[in-house]
Amino acid sequence: MSIELGHFALILAFAIATVSTVGGYMFWRSGERISLFLSQGAVLQFVLVAASFAALIQAFVTSDFSLKLAADNSHSLKPLIFKISGVWGNHEGSMVLWVMILVAFGAMVAAFGRRLPSDLLSLVLATQSMLVAAFAGFTLFTSNPFARMIPPPLEGADLNPVLQDIGLAIHPPLLYAGYVGFSICFSFAIGALISGRIDQAWARWVRPWAVLSWMFLTLGISMGSYWASYELGWGGWWFWDPVENASFMPWLAGTALLHSALVMEKRNALKIWTVFLSIITFSLSLLGTFLVRSGILTSIHTFASDPTRGLVILALLALIIGGAFVLFAMRASALRTGGLFAPVSREGALILNNLFLATAMGAVLVGTLYPLLLDAIAGTTISVGAPFFNLTFAALMVPLLIVLPFGPMLAWKRADVLGAAQRLIGAAALAIFLTILISALGGISISLAPLGLLLGFWVAFGAVAELIDRSKLGRIPPAESWRRLVGLPRSAYSTAIAHFGIGIAVLGIVATTAWETELVTTLNPGETAQLSGYTIAFDKSSQVQGPNYIADQGDFTITAPGGGTRTMVAQRRTYVASGIPTTEAAIGTYGFSQLYLQLGEPLKDTHVVRIWHKPYITLIWLGALLMAGAGALSLTDRRQRIGAPRRAIKAMPEPAE
Amino acid sequence: MSWLRPLLLCLLLAVVPAAWAVNPDEMLADPALEQRARDISTELRCLVCQNESIDDSDADLAKDIRVLVRERLTAGDSDDQVRQFLVDRYGEFVLLRPRVEGHTLLLWFAAPGLLVIGLIVLVIMARRRRKPVAVDELSAEEQRALDSLDGPQA
Repeated sequence: MSIELGHFALILAFAIATVSTVGGYMFWRSGERISLFLSQGAVLQFVLVAASFAALIQAFVTSDFSLKLAADNSHSLKPLIFKISGVWGNHEGSMVLWVMILVAFGAMVAAFGRRLPSDLLSLVLATQSMLVAAFAGFTLFTSNPFARMIPPPLEGADLNPVLQDIGLAIHPPLLYAGYVGFSICFSFAIGALISGRIDQAWARWVRPWAVLSWMFLTLGISMGSYWASYELGWGGWWFWDPVENASFMPWLAGTALLHSALVMEKRNALKIWTVFLSIITFSLSLLGTFLVRSGILTSIHTFASDPTRGLVILALLALIIGGAFVLFAMRASALRTGGLFAPVSREGALILNNLFLATAMGAVLVGTLYPLLLDAIAGTTISVGAPFFNLTFAALMVPLLIVLPFGPMLAWKRADVLGAAQRLIGAAALAIFLTILISALGGISISLAPLGLLLGFWVAFGAVAELIDRSKLGRIPPAESWRRLVGLPRSAYSTAIAHFGIGIAVLGIVATTAWETELVTTLNPGETAQLSGYTIAFDKSSQVQGPNYIADQGDFTITAPGGGTRTMVAQRRTYVASGIPTTEAAIGTYGFSQLYLQLGEPLKDTHVVRIWHKPYITLIWLGALLMAGAGALSLTDRRQRIGAPRRAIKAMPEPAE
Repeated sequence: MSWLRPLLLCLLLAVVPAAWAVNPDEMLADPALEQRARDISTELRCLVCQNESIDDSDADLAKDIRVLVRERLTAGDSDDQVRQFLVDRYGEFVLLRPRVEGHTLLLWFAAPGLLVIGLIVLVIMARRRRKPVAVDELSAEEQRALDSLDGPQA
């Protein structure tokens, strides 16, 4: 019964979204009557989709295998958390999650958007409803999650074991929140293009949404990277896999958008570019959805092997993105460029940032799609893998990281590079000193490591230098300086923390790439191995029984170079329902470094054991967390919370009952 | 959606009996030669996998190619000869770093090309901006009035 109610709720949400789309685009000039209607519609869509999502969760939790989706993806023995996360561990359910987040953002605009001029609010909600109609329709007509199975099986087929992890509970919702959140920026851009009105207030409304989505996307990507590194066993943290690229491209475009929206808000410049980026960022999110959902990447990737789904998504993609760009081409010339500035200025630095980020995004896009296009056009199959991306991407990031610390030091309109350089000299000196020191101590295993370290330190210290500079430390009495530091706006802190996070992540990437060590060996229980000063003793091997798997287990005792010992447990599991084997690496975190232990196949009477030492690898994720935290901090800045000036203040009357 | 990757790997594991990336029994005794083998391996694609190098992959085919690479190296081939041998045998698809050739020019020059185009556009814009076009901008009010004239309701 609840399944049918859930199904009905989704259909109703689709219907309301369709009406809102048509009504919104037709009557957006009609003031508050229509914007109020659309706001209520947005909230209603949220309530209905939430109800249908809850119906799915209920079926999974109670192991109602008459729901085909639950029968295919769940199992009664599965721990509760994985029953819930199993709802979106499959194509149909993940589409419902996608729509769920889409309507949640729509409802948030309706709730917080009361200060928006009613015509813009109407256009934003109409566009948002159009997206809901498109994707709820796609879900209902091609991927119905509410299909029943008669007669119901006694037991479910179980969720893929690799997905039975806390990672699945956290990673997709965060990632989708990031992806889908950019739909708000997209809708604002469409609203601006249709109404032909775009100004600094527009940028001020858009920026918090961009920051929020970017924050979720940052968390989602880094969480996925961490998950991959521990679940896949060998501890790689980024593979340049097409599905990873699909999430990374919107991140790059979104990062560019944050910066260009800043220029627009402060200086009323870069309008056309900001609108363009808003459209591009969400388009890339849609492209990512298409790449993954259509199964175009390779046949084996087909989780949605049905080609009609791919074609329908492609058609939706073409309509939404194509429509947006046609609108852009027609209306962009109507947008006036504002504030003038010299090439050397904060604006100029942010444009340079956008140039490099956009180019990097283009490089990833070309690298991801090139093999598909070449295959389709010329019939030639090539692979574009990690070596290509590492080279291309790094080449673009190096200049960006070199100029990054200058950006916040430059004044708006016209700036003095030499002055900025003077204020950064301490950061540069410290970075060079530490790089030389570490290179001398650690030994250089790849030639580019010192350059990478230098860049990481430079960016991190440059971020700190900006705060120090603004507090005038050393130039005025310390107490005064402290007062200035405390009094700095949160946006100054969030800039510094985000940039510091990038520096930290770069350091982690360089350190783990340059100084990682690996040992592949055979060990018998009772024997020991040595790696990078760690002593790994294989204590015993045993068979253990989990809730829905059996496992070969290896117990190890690790003695760290500093002394302390700890025990670690690595497993090779075989899941009962599916017979699928997985490896559960044992991971020991020592400071910022990690030791990975993986139990290989049991040979006759011994085990293959793989051991990796990954120095400073956690800095990569720590850096990402700092960036996301900086995003959260900037959202609490008063200037972001308080809505726009003047004409926005015209408050909406209370809804007539 | 990078969580698809574990899923995919697991699909692979389901069809391919698990054998582990670089087993001790495959390794060459000569560390220099083994290092060369590892370096080559990280840039070769496991042909039955999704975007995985043979160095990372658990598939049987990856193991076969790893052994093959080591055989060729032991026989005295240079790194390039080993790669060429594999390209002759499996096609260009096996290389994770595509060669710079006619059909990959666009791929390799896309990023530098975009950067150069972007820079040229910026320079042109900066030049244009420097000209004294700073005519009095329309005020917000005027702009709105003007925009409303364009609208169909006007």
